[in-house]
Amino acid sequence: MDLSLKIWRQARANEEGEFKTYQAKNVSPEASFLEMLDEVNEELNATGEDPIAFEHDCREGICGACGVMINGSPHGPQSGTATCQLHMRKFEDGDSITIEPWRATAFPVLKDLIVDRAPFDRIMEAGGYISVNTGAAPDANIIAVPKWSAESAMDAASCIGCAACVAACPNSAANLFTAAKTQHLNLLPQGKPERYLRAAAMVETMEQYFGSCTNYGECEKACPKNISIDFIAMMNKDYVRAQFFNMARQGQK
Amino acid sequence: MTTTTRAEVEARQGWRSWLGGFFSSSVGLKWLMALTGFGLLLYVLVHMIGNLKVFLGTDAAGEYHIDLYGEALRNLGGDLVPHESILWLFRIGLLALFGIHIYAAWVLTLRNRSARGKERYEHKRNYEAVNYANRTMRWGGVLVLLFVLFHIADLTVGWANPDFVEGAVHDNLVASLSQPIVAIFYLAAQVALAFHIYHGAWSLWQSLGIVNPRYKAFRRYFAVAFAATVFIGNTAIIVAVWSGYIS
Repeated sequence: MDLSLKIWRQARANEEGEFKTYQAKNVSPEASFLEMLDEVNEELNATGEDPIAFEHDCREGICGACGVMINGSPHGPQSGTATCQLHMRKFEDGDSITIEPWRATAFPVLKDLIVDRAPFDRIMEAGGYISVNTGAAPDANIIAVPKWSAESAMDAASCIGCAACVAACPNSAANLFTAAKTQHLNLLPQGKPERYLRAAAMVETMEQYFGSCTNYGECEKACPKNISIDFIAMMNKDYVRAQFFNMARQGQK
Repeated sequence: MTTTTRAEVEARQGWRSWLGGFFSSSVGLKWLMALTGFGLLLYVLVHMIGNLKVFLGTDAAGEYHIDLYGEALRNLGGDLVPHESILWLFRIGLLALFGIHIYAAWVLTLRNRSARGKERYEHKRNYEAVNYANRTMRWGGVLVLLFVLFHIADLTVGWANPDFVEGAVHDNLVASLSQPIVAIFYLAAQVALAFHIYHGAWSLWQSLGIVNPRYKAFRRYFAVAFAATVFIGNTAIIVAVWSGYIS
């Protein structure tokens, strides 16, 4: 199949970018979206033009590196998959495809389709971990984990941090990411001791960079892992509880 | 912009930082918006139910039931308290609810605009979850606010109503709504209010974090039922007066 690609080209951060149109000839319907871009880049290399820069790593939907806006849909038209798992059979011969980087003030474009997602790292630093003592491995099953919380936590933990939620959100809010990253720990016994500190620190770090949730639900639809916005509600509750239950110094003179 | 550390959170003490958590954080503001929104929902429902008294007509003494209802509101608390005092407490409370709700909307809208930035997607966004109700929350909310201001000027203080007589609720209502232009504005405001409630009455549970599977399905039913009830009740009055059923 032959395709016409309209792609955002920007040489480096803080420089004006523009859309350029490229023709992709003889694209196999079996090719993945990134393989299609690889082939276009092969041709650009041959002509001496700078290849299109895009992020990618595992190419099996678990790393969260890839992710572009394809015809106005984050990760393209197929629901529940990252860009790397989108295949060209989802498109028709002769289609024109617009490929853009994620857009948000917090995510400046570094080059072409690559954006700087460092604010996600700042959110993780604030509390996306649990504190444990190192040493010998603890006995298996020494902490009882209820089945329901293991299941919910696992759903939240499937977040790969691709930032499609921010790209999809009309407010550029990162609530789905932050909710997934707080709740996959807050739902488990191992995460409970730091639950409210985590919620407060991660939410307030998030708010320094991103907009606020207006419950549109676009993030949920865009998420390649189909993470539910129910986790946002749980995070909201934990954040408000963190205001009411600051445990520090209670009962102390 | 830096990371807010857990040590910083833990070090906070006192009520100022407590209040700050609600009034400075976006999640806190949304929580306040949900709570005040819930209060305003209750008000809108009670207001609608009370106004349906216009359909009861007159009592044996020839007094309109809705006029008596208005007098009862002014006389809340009876002889225990000064006349209209309880009513004024309610009014102050309502004003606070409106104030916090609008303040939160204003602050969050500005934050969202700046988080979104100047760059727009070239290709039209393929929205899947966004609908008319949630996309019009901001402008629909402004329309509802303008309506409320006009409504107060029209039927509470009478500035916008040349035939206004204090206490004659029924006659004021008929004088106002029998003008087609006013009736159309009231109807348009009811449509805007219904959409605003339809999203708000669902969204508030999300902002408050009430999402347990036990009652999760109830949230959507609640929003639909609430929006429909308020819309049908209020438009019934407008249509009844406009069509001459109530005169």
